[in-house]
Formats: sequence, C-alpha cells, structure tokens
Amino acid sequence: MVMRISTVILGAGHAGLAMSRCLTERSIDHVVLERGEVANTWRTERWDSLRLLTPNWQSRLPGYRYQGDDPDGYRTMPETIEFLERYADLISAPVQTRTTVTSVRPAHDGYEVVTNRGTWRCQTVVIATGACNIPNVPAIAGAVPSRIDMLTPMNYRNPAQLADGGVLVVGASASGTQIAEELQRFGRPVTLAVGEHIRVPRVYRGLDIKWWMDKTGVLDEGYEEVDSILRARNVPSLQLVGSDDRRNLDLNTLSGLGVELVGRLAGIQGDRAQFSGSLPNQCAMSDLKMNRLLDRIDEWATDNGLDGEVDPPHRFEPTRVETSPPLGVDLSRIRTILWATGYRPDYSWLDLDVLDRKGRIRHDGGVVESPGVYLLGLPFLRRRKSSLIDGAGADARDLSGHLAAYLDRAASGPLLARTA
Amino acid sequence: MSTMTAPVDNGVNVGALLEAREALTAMPEAAQFSWRATCEWVKGTHSRSTVERFFGLGQEQSHRTTYQYDTDHPEIFASEDNGATPVELVLAGLAGCLSAGIAAVAQNREIQLRSVKATLEGAMDIQGILGIDPDVRNGFSGIKVKYEIDADATPDEIRAIVAQSQKRSAVYDVITNPTNVTVEVN
Repeated sequence: MVMRISTVILGAGHAGLAMSRCLTERSIDHVVLERGEVANTWRTERWDSLRLLTPNWQSRLPGYRYQGDDPDGYRTMPETIEFLERYADLISAPVQTRTTVTSVRPAHDGYEVVTNRGTWRCQTVVIATGACNIPNVPAIAGAVPSRIDMLTPMNYRNPAQLADGGVLVVGASASGTQIAEELQRFGRPVTLAVGEHIRVPRVYRGLDIKWWMDKTGVLDEGYEEVDSILRARNVPSLQLVGSDDRRNLDLNTLSGLGVELVGRLAGIQGDRAQFSGSLPNQCAMSDLKMNRLLDRIDEWATDNGLDGEVDPPHRFEPTRVETSPPLGVDLSRIRTILWATGYRPDYSWLDLDVLDRKGRIRHDGGVVESPGVYLLGLPFLRRRKSSLIDGAGADARDLSGHLAAYLDRAASGPLLARTA
Repeated sequence: MSTMTAPVDNGVNVGALLEAREALTAMPEAAQFSWRATCEWVKGTHSRSTVERFFGLGQEQSHRTTYQYDTDHPEIFASEDNGATPVELVLAGLAGCLSAGIAAVAQNREIQLRSVKATLEGAMDIQGILGIDPDVRNGFSGIKVKYEIDADATPDEIRAIVAQSQKRSAVYDVITNPTNVTVEVN
C-alpha cells in the first residue's frame, strides 16, 4: 500500500522534531520516520559519560524553552533522551518509530520514500538524519597491526571496555579530548595525536563560553557571511566537556594529567606510528584563534557596558608543547587505537542525483538541488549554530518557509500551465 | 578633510589566486601538478640541478627561463664548495615557501608588509650520515625558523599570518610529514 502525504521528515532527532513543529504550525501534513526510537543516536551511539557541550538553557527548540532549576548544567545522555522524548510529546510530533528508510527516489509527482514498513509518496522530503552516522576512520587504519584493538567514539562506552595497555587517541576535538582524559584518569596511558583543533575555555570572565558565543552573535553568523563556507563547515568541534566543575579541557589539562601529546598521525610503517612535525604550529594557531574570540568577547562586553558586572578580562596560558615532541611511537606499547577523527553522514539510501564528488549533498543553506528536498542538522548548514540543538529551530523556521512556498507553487502549478 | 589610504600591495595577485581556487574546485583534475628537476653530476660532491618544465592545469608548462642550482659540500668536508649543500637548499626551499605564503595571506587579509626576514637553522648530528652511530638519523634533528616582520598589523595578527602560511605550505608539509620516495635506476 502506498501512503500519500505532503512531507516526509527523515529522522526524529532534535532537527527532525523542530521541523515537525514548524510544519504543524503551518498545517502541513507530514510524518517523521525514525529507524529506532526518538533520539536514537543519543541512545545507541554515545559513550556513557558524555554530556551535552551546551548548557541546559541553550537547547531551545520551537515551542520549547528550559524551565528547570539548573539552567547552567549540561544534560547527561539519559537526560538528553528524556528531553527530546518530552519535546516530541509536547509538539505531538507524528513520529513513526522502528521505520528504516531503504530508498528515497524521484516519483512523477514528487518523491517515493520506501521503508521496511511501507512506501510513502510525498511532494517534499526533509533529510534530518544527522551528520554523525559513520565514523571517519582514515585509510591508514588498514596498516594497523591486528593485535591492536580499534574503537571509535561510536562504539566506545567506558574505559573498562579497553584491554590493559597504552592507548593512542587520534584526534583532539571534543570526542578525542574527552575520551583521552577519561582513559588517562582511569590509568590507561594515553598518547594523543593532535591535528587542527579549536581550543576554548569552558568559562570566561565567570560565564559559560557558550553564553558569550550566543550573546555576541558568533553563533548566529550566516552561511553567506563567512569567507569560505566549505572551510567553516569543516571546522572541528570545540575542545569542551560538559561537567559539574565546569573545567577546561584543553591540551594543557591533558598534558598535566600525563597524556603524551604528539602531532597529527601521518603514517604507520610496520610497528611504528609516525606523527607530523606540525604540532607547535597547530597549537599556536589554536591559541591565536582562541584569543581572537576572547578579544571579540571583551570588545562586546565593553560596548554593552558589562565590564563592571563580570570578571575582568584575562588570557590563558599558551599551550605547552615540548621542544621536540615525539615524531613516532613504537606500536608495541599501544594496545588500543581510538579513532576520534570525526564522522560523516550516511546517504546510502538516497537515490537522488544530489551528491558531490566527496559524497556530500549539494545544497544552498539546506535547500537541496532537487526541488522539494531539504536538509537539516548539519554543521553550518545556515548559521554557525546549525550543528547545535539550539540552531535547529532557526534553520527549521527558514526552511519550512521555503518548503511551504514550494508546496503553494506546486499547488498552483497546473493552473499556470493551463493558462500558458 | 579626507585621508587617503594607499591600497595594500604586497605584490601578490590574490584575486587571480582566489579565481584559480574557484576554477580548480570545479575542475579538480586540472589541479594535478607534477614538479620536476634534472640533475647532473659535475665532479666530486659537486652537482648541478636544473628546473625548467613542469606539468599543471592539464598541460605542459615551463618557467620563464631555465634555473640552475649548484650543490656541493664545504671545504671542511674536503670538497671544493661550488655551491650550497643540499640541506641548505632544503632550508632555502622552506623559507621561500613560507615567505611566499606570508605575502599571500597578508595580501588576502589586507595587511601591508614592509619587510619580512627569516633566519633558518637546521640542527644535524652528522654521526648519522657518516655512519658512526646507527641510532642517529641522517636528516635534521630539528629546524628552527625565526621571522622578523615589519607590517601594519598587531603582533598577534602577524603571528596568525605566519601560522596560516605554515598550514598551507607545501615544503613545510614535505618536511613535517613522511613522503614515499621511489628511486629507480635505468
């Protein structure tokens, strides 16, 4: 049986739900298809200690604002799942769970969405399946000796899961630094391979860095305002952890705990891992970038008369880098390699000619080349905060407007064709 | 009264570079370049390398003229010192690459450079190349580059230009990362 509907939303995470709410406001009939349960990725693909990097107050969604008693706290995974479940209830999202989409393909009057539980015909499709479906493990993983266990943040759960012995964590963004810290504290000696990374303090002048980034407008910067959107979309995640003590999680914290810092993993030759000699520059760039952000914050604070209200400006100790960081390690002392080298989306089910040569969907701020198809919940889709739960609302509002106009035009299309 | 600001000019045609970047994004096959050098042994440790032709933008290209570089070893190695040691040419290549990058990045950021001076030092324990100690590598144990830059910018802006130049430098990458080298004999 083929079911007909105006819009099919793929994915019941924060982005799909935000779009559902926006479409409901516009009385556009739709269904949200979800392969598992609401917030599936948060349930099944995250490690135990992970908390959101954004404070509770910041996870605003259309029709929802935090009203609890801990606005500055960071949600645990169970809390995040509960929050999204409650949101789905609150907005009465028409979610159909346990529904795996196997194909989205063109149909003569729009699109056909094939699932394990029937086929939908629709005029518009919203892809909200997330940015983090497949771990990006580099090809050199193929050269790793077979006695070494390999994990990614997607199947890592906690330190006890790892065999005794040294760990090489590859990648020093949010996932890599958080897991490196946890493993080192647990007693597993960690070597951390550091490429390009973004250092920020958790708290600056007494306030959460996310509060500053929100207020100063950094997070609202639009995709048409930045120099190179391609580069902006590839910026790694901030070195942050959500914790009760609101501690910083930068390379100085990690080296203070005994983590060995090395350059970007450059190759594996036999039993030896080789690292790039670029660590000093990677750290210098990151410190400079952080200080530019802090300069911008200080300027904004002065302009807005906050200088007497918050702590005075200060700068953080530059990243400490050894004079000659090791350019290689003997893999005989490494028992596990954890690839914290990012993720990519999975579009294996997408049977539309919209992918570029790198397998990314071609789109203009979420408006996909194929008319009536929209994309949501990817880094810097329309604005810097697009990757955050807090960014889904503004993006969904913009794109639901475009989608509604598209449906209106489609409805009047045949009439125009007759008069032509 | 109005003040006139001279346009920033570091002698880099950033517009052309940005256009090239856009064109090559659409046509990645044209971005495949091949750099070449030939070398002929002269005598003793003295050789002469020549660069002229290269491949890029889908076709054969050539320099405006032929360039030659003599390499030799200094007299303390019982050589005639007819040119730079090859490792000094590596330092010259790194400096040339980073400085070109500094000029381009500064131009793109609209920062006028007045002078850019680099001093490079490559430390080497020659017990490696002499085969005295197998634990000592042949190459540099480390390279130090010191820049002195006079420009219309704050110290942090200048540091950011130098950092960005390293991030985009080919020679910096060649030196800091492993590269497969295949040497054949015909």
